Amino acid sequence: MTGIALVLGAVLGFASIKFKVEGDPLVEKIDAILPQTQCGQCGFPGCRPYATAIADGEAEINQCPPGGEEGIRKLADLLGREFKPLSEEHGVEKPKSVAVIDEATCIGCTLCIQACPVDAIVGAAKQLHTIVAAECTGCELCLAPCPVDCITMEAITETVDTWKWRYPVVEIKAA
Amino acid sequence: MLRKLFKFHGGVKPQTNKTQSTTEPIASVPLPDRLVIPLHQAVGGHPRPLVQPGDHVLKGQRIGGADGNLSSAVHASTSGIVRDVAQAVMPHTSGLTTLSVIIEPDGEDRWCELEKVNYRSTPPDELRDFLRDAGVVGLGGAVFPSYAKLKPGKEGKLKTLVINGAECEPFITCDDMLMRERASDMLKGIVAMRYMLQAEEVLIGIEDNKPEAVASVQAAIKASGETGIEAVAIPTRYPAGGAKQLIRVLTGIEVPHGRRSTDFGVQCFNVGTAFSIFEALEHGRPLISRLVTVAGNVTAPRNYDVLIGTPMDHLVRLAGPRPDTDRYIMGGPMMGVRMPGFDVPVVKATNCVLVGSATMFPAPPPEMPCIRCGECAKACPADLAPFEMYWFSRSKNFGKAQEYHLFDCIECGCCSFVCPSHIPLVDYFRFSKSEIWSREREKESADGARDRFEFKNFRQEREKQEKAEKLAAKAAATREKVATEGAATPAAADGEAAPKPKPSGDDAKRALIEAAMEKARQQKAQVAPKNTDHLAPDVEADIAAIDARRNAAPARAADTPDA
Repeated sequence: MTGIALVLGAVLGFASIKFKVEGDPLVEKIDAILPQTQCGQCGFPGCRPYATAIADGEAEINQCPPGGEEGIRKLADLLGREFKPLSEEHGVEKPKSVAVIDEATCIGCTLCIQACPVDAIVGAAKQLHTIVAAECTGCELCLAPCPVDCITMEAITETVDTWKWRYPVVEIKAA
Repeated sequence: MLRKLFKFHGGVKPQTNKTQSTTEPIASVPLPDRLVIPLHQAVGGHPRPLVQPGDHVLKGQRIGGADGNLSSAVHASTSGIVRDVAQAVMPHTSGLTTLSVIIEPDGEDRWCELEKVNYRSTPPDELRDFLRDAGVVGLGGAVFPSYAKLKPGKEGKLKTLVINGAECEPFITCDDMLMRERASDMLKGIVAMRYMLQAEEVLIGIEDNKPEAVASVQAAIKASGETGIEAVAIPTRYPAGGAKQLIRVLTGIEVPHGRRSTDFGVQCFNVGTAFSIFEALEHGRPLISRLVTVAGNVTAPRNYDVLIGTPMDHLVRLAGPRPDTDRYIMGGPMMGVRMPGFDVPVVKATNCVLVGSATMFPAPPPEMPCIRCGECAKACPADLAPFEMYWFSRSKNFGKAQEYHLFDCIECGCCSFVCPSHIPLVDYFRFSKSEIWSREREKESADGARDRFEFKNFRQEREKQEKAEKLAAKAAATREKVATEGAATPAAADGEAAPKPKPSGDDAKRALIEAAMEKARQQKAQVAPKNTDHLAPDVEADIAAIDARRNAAPARAADTPDA
């Protein structure tokens, strides 16, 4: 009996070390659903802090405008909470867009570079800045700091590579 | 000797409609006024444009360079002047545009200098680069760059090279006509491919509704004296021309989910691809034209040798479209896609322009609910359960649809063909697939954004820490300096207090502040107005005069003239 207890104890002890869970898995799962725009519209400084807040019950699931309705539904599914429409105070769902710098107006102040949460703006002091469109999440955080208002948001247009087949529409004939 | 053939599951037998377009030999097409050559024609990266508007190009000149790991070059189909490199509508259901080179032919049709290659004396890597730059892609419909497939796999050799001449889709006869008229050239291409792949045997699979093609290929094999190459007539059943289905019929090998046919020593190429490989190696001619069947709602269905970039309406006009024509379909009635307009160009993927009208292809009857009869599963040549995939695609439950191996679907259309409820099953599957792809892309970019965001935070933390450390180090250095100086000063001034080894915290702070203030005072003294130093004598004289005037001014204002 003691032998079995010792052996099982050792096994359990070993398992607890071997299969130790790093961090909070729920936060990871929530973070995986969030769109990683890092826009801060939810009121938290980035997607991960928001995920942590949701996991701790400090935030609602409907505060993420870029995630949109689909994101809220996924969060509701994951957490077993009731679906809520997107909270208006946090913003509205917009089509995905990227920031574009007007090269003629940019004065090279680097303020947008500091504001960009994902380092998607390249440039240096008194040099023209430009946006790496592929890395831009469309968070709009660079718009406010720009002293000359040379950044605009442009909606991403569909290309042949990103084109999607439409949902087959069932035509209902008028009787 | 009769070869043992195998069967694939399912399949359908639609009306073939092939005899109409095989009565006449292959015809050529007069040069159009304008060629629109899309740069992105094959699977893989977008080729970069190599020409500018106003350039004169020769026939066969490279106008788009292969870009990236899996890309294939694009060439000018005739000599002429590049009018524009701009966005133009491409032959794609979406009607979206892509970067295209627009050439106005000069009518001379003059070739550029062509470079032939002896494939037996060229290293395989160079040969593959040559074929990539010759723009050779699979002409069966998938337009996969051929050079990427011409690798013999891990073992260094292949057992069977399957050449696909099945051409199972109704209406299309371009492969049939190629085999009838150009069998010996095609065979030379096959021999080159066999050499590159070190294949033991070659099987050319041809559906038995093309006896002329079988006879022609067999005669060519006999005439060439090659051994180990066999033209095999296979039963006519759609989709026998699918790569996996043809491999199954000819070799009995069933390529499982997630594996490649090369893992089993088999590789499959289209007959048209074999012919264009011959053209590239033997004559140095890049892929600038292909055979296209024009059929359907036309008075004279026929096959044409068409330059890539020729507008479809220019081509169809030759076959005499009937007045009620309202659509062009690229490909056949089973897998083809409707074109967004009539002037879209013929590309490397265009095996057939099917001309349609409302009477020829009436709108499908309304979609009825799925009754789960299982007919689609019986017809599916990929051994899938389309009714299940339909259910989950319709409800947008994409994860579940993928569990039913949605991505093994070859979109052949057999399920939609047999469905008694007229459900456009393939449309649902295409919708699901593109949704899944788009989600995958989104997820990838989200993961990238997460990594970059986390790295930026990490970097900012690190910078802050580094700055703090630097400041702390500097403060410590100053403190030490002050301590030693402070220790020296009182000792010198008073001479009675013993020098302290280390000033206490408050003293040190005060000393530090005093030192800083002293430094500031010194700096302030140094920073005297600089623009009045080192002046030229005349400027000094000016200043003196101005000062004199300024001193005089209040006196004048008070109205008591002084001088």
